[in-house]
Amino acid sequence: MITAGCDVGSLTSKAVIMKDNRILAQDVIRSRTKPAESAVAVMDYALQKAGIILADINFCVGTGYGKDRIPFVQQAVSEISCHARGARWLLPTVKTVIDIGGQDCKAMRIDKDGKIVKFITNDKCASGTGRFLEVMARLINVSLDDLGELSAQAKAPITMANACTVWAQADVIQHLNDGVAAEDIGAGINNAMASRMAVLANNIGLERDLCMTGGVAKNAGVVSALEKLLGMTIKRIKKVDPQLVGAVGAALIAGDKMERRTAS
Amino acid sequence: MIVAGCDVGSLTAKAVIMEEGNILAWEILRAGTKPALSAQEVMDKALQTASLSIDQIAWCVGTGYGRKQIPFANGEESEIACHGRGAVWAAPSVRTIVDIGGQDAKAIKVDARGNVIRYLYNDKCASGTGRFLEIMADALGIALDDMGELARNAKDPVTLSNQCVVFAETEIISLVNEGRNIADIIAGLNRALANRAASMVGSIIAEAEVAMTGGVAKNAGMFHALETALGVTVRKIDHPQLNGAIGAALFARDATAARS
Repeated sequence: MITAGCDVGSLTSKAVIMKDNRILAQDVIRSRTKPAESAVAVMDYALQKAGIILADINFCVGTGYGKDRIPFVQQAVSEISCHARGARWLLPTVKTVIDIGGQDCKAMRIDKDGKIVKFITNDKCASGTGRFLEVMARLINVSLDDLGELSAQAKAPITMANACTVWAQADVIQHLNDGVAAEDIGAGINNAMASRMAVLANNIGLERDLCMTGGVAKNAGVVSALEKLLGMTIKRIKKVDPQLVGAVGAALIAGDKMERRTAS
Repeated sequence: MIVAGCDVGSLTAKAVIMEEGNILAWEILRAGTKPALSAQEVMDKALQTASLSIDQIAWCVGTGYGRKQIPFANGEESEIACHGRGAVWAAPSVRTIVDIGGQDAKAIKVDARGNVIRYLYNDKCASGTGRFLEIMADALGIALDDMGELARNAKDPVTLSNQCVVFAETEIISLVNEGRNIADIIAGLNRALANRAASMVGSIIAEAEVAMTGGVAKNAGMFHALETALGVTVRKIDHPQLNGAIGAALFARDATAARS
């Protein structure tokens, strides 16, 4: 049985193809303006890698911001469910998941059976979402991927006076003008990001083990700052790119649906 | 007795020179990075207009974001107090003031003498402040001052689904790409900002009459949008952007009266 998950986010689109609980192929692309186009493109790449065609997929689940516009899926499932399912499969001891997307931030708690007990989402304010880091990275002329490493070299991280992305930009410009080193600004940015995430995470009540999904989980600066703020180790997802967890979850849920279908 | 008020905001610096309750001269300048220099510059220009020197000012009160750095001020007052005082001086029936500044927004409830009873203040989130319109004007490639006029031609104002400045900016760019009319977009932006202001006004349990102060009040589209959002007529005052500086000058007059 071959299943697939397609996660169309605001910034990136992800596709994962699975066979019998194993990942066959995966891909990540930058999202295009139309979610349907992004979905088709990323799934085509993944299919090519797997050496199969769309008709070989028994069941495909779509998720993410563009989930309702994916032409080839059998079902759309919420990101919360997909991230919880994916994280649980990758790290079976996980009870709390923090997912940072390009335009939102979510924290969810799951019970021992993988059921979602509580969750909270912020998609109203750019601060605390991937967008905050994106804007800040551009401002200090560092690629998003390098921001994590940059902060490791910081000696005296700046403290951001403002949470709002707009005001924080003014803070950063002020520090740049004052000649503050890029790594100290970068660390300040990562710390600010972590402190917003901590508010959200504390809101749902943390339970061990804790993990982080989404692209920001690859930023070591944010992860370690968040660990300090929460006083808890964040389990690293190593089997796949943390950005792919939603798509993995979608592919697993596709498998669950198939099983239920064949059972009935 | 000649007194002065100087309001150094984040975007503009304002100076007002008054004598016996009359405005002798005023000036508004774009604020630079150093509040002290902006204050000096704007006061010098106002003094020139009034053909006065700084020694002839009996008392000067500073207000605004940069009020602690005004070298020639004899005292300082909060912006809230100054806006309350200024608005009631301009229109004695005013009891509620909506002030949208470049980096903040306030809703102020005052008594008949302009004393502040209650207020709400937002400087934490750029949405709901003048910065919102500034960023959107930039994104649309139009001048901030033209927004009021441009909104006049709106037929079907857009409804923004985002409140956050960062997300709303992306949203209006896609609206432009979809071919939506610029006038309709601007009217939608005015409406969004007005709704934010109206919710602050609702929280302080506003009383009639309502006046709007700050530079944004000069934007006719915004003025109209606020009336719609509040469902009441908003009182027009003569110098909305100078209101804080006028209030400061009135406090300066009180100070001289108390001393003599």
